[in-house]
Amino acid sequence: MTLRNPKRVVEIEGPLRVHSLLDRLELNRESVLVIRGDTLVPNDALLDDADTVEIRPVISGGAVPA
Amino acid sequence: MKCTVCKGPAVIDARRHNANFCPAHFIAHCEEQVRRAVHQFGMIDSGERVLVAVSGGKDSLALWDLLVRLGFAADGLYLGLGIGEYSDESGRYAREFAGRRGLRLHEVDLRDEYGFDVPTGAKAAKRVPCSACGLSKRHLFDRAALEGGYDVVATGHNLDDEAAVLFGNVLRWNVDYLARQAPVLPARSGFPRKVKPLVRLAEREMAAYCVVRGIDYQVEECPMAVGNRHLGYKEALNTIEVQSPGSKAAFYFEFLDKAAHRFNAGFGEEQASLLACERCGAPTPVAVCAFCRLVERAVPSRRIQVAGA
Repeated sequence: MTLRNPKRVVEIEGPLRVHSLLDRLELNRESVLVIRGDTLVPNDALLDDADTVEIRPVISGGAVPA
Repeated sequence: MKCTVCKGPAVIDARRHNANFCPAHFIAHCEEQVRRAVHQFGMIDSGERVLVAVSGGKDSLALWDLLVRLGFAADGLYLGLGIGEYSDESGRYAREFAGRRGLRLHEVDLRDEYGFDVPTGAKAAKRVPCSACGLSKRHLFDRAALEGGYDVVATGHNLDDEAAVLFGNVLRWNVDYLARQAPVLPARSGFPRKVKPLVRLAEREMAAYCVVRGIDYQVEECPMAVGNRHLGYKEALNTIEVQSPGSKAAFYFEFLDKAAHRFNAGFGEEQASLLACERCGAPTPVAVCAFCRLVERAVPSRRIQVAGA
């Protein structure tokens, strides 16, 4: 899978559920999206060895008061 | 995981709503949350012209998309901040989004118009980059809205942004900032109305909305913002949110409902005593506004013309 910010590629053996993957990577499920191709992958989806997914952070820090 | 509405396959969960959504019903959910925010806080009246502050990131592009889908007359304004490749790429996403939809995007380039960019301006003014950036954005959006005849400036601040700002202000009891934290800042002489129609939607929902709608956006973090305090506040709040879904919304909306009025009593008086900036005419509590002072520090040879001169 591809993780962004900073970008890196990690290989993890499947099958495993999305929420287990995030736990294993110690990522907060509120702070990321898991995307396969151009489609969102829900937390209970099962990923297998052949799957390539992107884990995209959703938090941006540039917000300043209006 | 099944869609709470149609029982079809869901692609996203919204735990604080105790709901899951398929793509179509997720879009409907986002539209409904924006519609409710606009109505609940009296953000935009029918027929008003809206200027969307567009950065090329997920929130501003999703906001623009949602406002247009809801039938509002919304144009965009992109500010070129001169933050290297990051700004070049962000501008491309904004232009592509507008071009594909036939929407009107105004552009102002800080370097072309004022002779400096955010990194050099921040250094010269001895401000942190996010401070120089925010100051420039506020000034230039106000100015563009007034000059362009727009009734309201809409920004892409989402629930996580607002909760993180509130968290930071409460941690330090910054009562002046707490007085100003509202989803709507009313129009005053020299300032357009400013609204935050995404306050009912979480940051994760905005990123998901872009993926579902096929909106390409700047995913990379602004290099100037890396490691800033707000990122830490957001992570802290998300740690709480995972344990207790709905905490961020309760923190922010209960503040608006139960506490905000305790801080904003003197806010109107402070605004009434503003002067016109000697350089540009913008409202300011001192003779020269903060933006003009920033310009003069960043480009000492440059003095902005006195308005009307």
